[in-house]
Amino acid sequence: MSENKHEIKKKKEPLSDRRKFILNMARGVGLATMGGFIWSAYIDEATASSLLLRPPGAIKENDFLKTCIKCGLCVEACPYDTLLLAKPGDNKPLGTPYFIARDMPCYMCPDIPCVPVCPTGALDEASVTTNGVLDIKIADMGVAVIDSNSCIAFWGIQCDACYRACPILGEAITIEYSKNERTGKHAFMKPVIQSDVCTGCGMCERACVTEKASIFVLPREVAQGKAGSHYVKGWDKEDEKRLENATSKTTTTELSKDSAIDSLNDGLEGY
Amino acid sequence: MATLWNNYRYLILRRLVQISLLVLYFGANAWGWIILQGNLSSSRIFDFVPMSDPYAALQMLAAGAVLSLDLLLGVAIATVFYLLIGGRAFCSWVCPINMITDAANFLRRKLDIDRVQGIRQPASRNLRYWILALSLVISFVMGVTAFEFVSPISMVHRGIVFGLGFGWAAMLIIFLFDLFVLKNGWCGHVCPLGGFYSLLGKFSLIRVHHQEENCTLCMKCKIVCPEHQVLHMVGKESLSVLSGECTNCARCIEVCDDDALGFSIRKLAQNKKTGE
Repeated sequence: MSENKHEIKKKKEPLSDRRKFILNMARGVGLATMGGFIWSAYIDEATASSLLLRPPGAIKENDFLKTCIKCGLCVEACPYDTLLLAKPGDNKPLGTPYFIARDMPCYMCPDIPCVPVCPTGALDEASVTTNGVLDIKIADMGVAVIDSNSCIAFWGIQCDACYRACPILGEAITIEYSKNERTGKHAFMKPVIQSDVCTGCGMCERACVTEKASIFVLPREVAQGKAGSHYVKGWDKEDEKRLENATSKTTTTELSKDSAIDSLNDGLEGY
Repeated sequence: MATLWNNYRYLILRRLVQISLLVLYFGANAWGWIILQGNLSSSRIFDFVPMSDPYAALQMLAAGAVLSLDLLLGVAIATVFYLLIGGRAFCSWVCPINMITDAANFLRRKLDIDRVQGIRQPASRNLRYWILALSLVISFVMGVTAFEFVSPISMVHRGIVFGLGFGWAAMLIIFLFDLFVLKNGWCGHVCPLGGFYSLLGKFSLIRVHHQEENCTLCMKCKIVCPEHQVLHMVGKESLSVLSGECTNCARCIEVCDDDALGFSIRKLAQNKKTGE
């Protein structure tokens, strides 16, 4: 048996240099492809987190993921311990800054210390600057959303915790009064979010008195719908202007040559 | 005591530097110190001088990010710094993973794991350059910094400064990998950041120099060296260690009892002659 093995071994000719080269190239390319796909798949999963609240001035999430160098300077600059860096196990894009509004919201510092320290521009100073002055009120970290089923103000109980907590008092959250038909003599004082004013700081989410916050901040792309460009506000002169260069296209569907009866009876051959 | 210092002086200094850096970074986040803010990816020294990881910037470039002036300045400062003191000085003097892999390597020697495993290493040290190239390709294709999202270096360092999470698992994985799977596995084979600094270190100024006439061929230097291939000249000819893979950890210098190894400044004129 062992002799036999020896014979087989002897019979095998040494690999030619060309063959060796080609095989080694194939191994290299094969391993790189395999590793590359595993790595890419992991990255794709690890960076897919759409419900994250970023610091003020953060650029679009896709660009943020490639631009943020994960140094944590914004975290260190934040005076309220609001900002966190995603740790392994947080299931968020690793090392990137975020905050959990219910735990610690953004207090909207007028000097926005977290933004100018960013070395890479992932937090963009220009996006929170009006006329050369830092302006936290134009920050867009997200937008607050109300679950009117669990918000006790919608039940008729008097609560304006979120309204009072809002740093842009009376503008980002307004109170809508309506008659409480159930009691007949009370008013509903329902909080309404003005989404174009709301910065997504999360002070309301922090202040909400229900067990789990009934008002909470979501990233704007998640919270907002989109009507589509084919809806034009006819009453809005600015919006109407979009029609000036509008073109139209007529499409015709060819009529079927079969008679209507044939069409109705189609597919009934088996009966 | 004097011999202890003599045999471990660079090791002690390196640990001191590594730990002080961690303390300074930690203090910045915990107590608002301004000596060294941020982390190894990007820092600010005395709230003024920026310093950024050039490899991270390279991935950002590949991913299609717009590089800011601050970042480029930080990268330039880091690059010049490591060109002076030796590219992979980062690996042995700064990187926190070095303490983990050194510990694994020490235990490997003490337990004689090499003898169980045999000398044949199952991977090439060139693997890191492949991973380096691959990281740039993936950064380009996926539009994110590929290594920065998996890097155990940043995981551990960020973990120590900002909170560890499951970062301890990354530490353990690297320790076990180096101890049981591959000798000098992470730092000497896999790590693309080490690969990057190897390429940078090819041109750096501070070098270990070998004095052949003093050498007694005891080979202690090759036993402790984490990149022993760079010491190919030992006992053969008087030469500086010119490979960028040398980490300037200086373990070889301190274990040498015969004064055959020491730091020197690279002689640029001589190198031109030898073509290096």
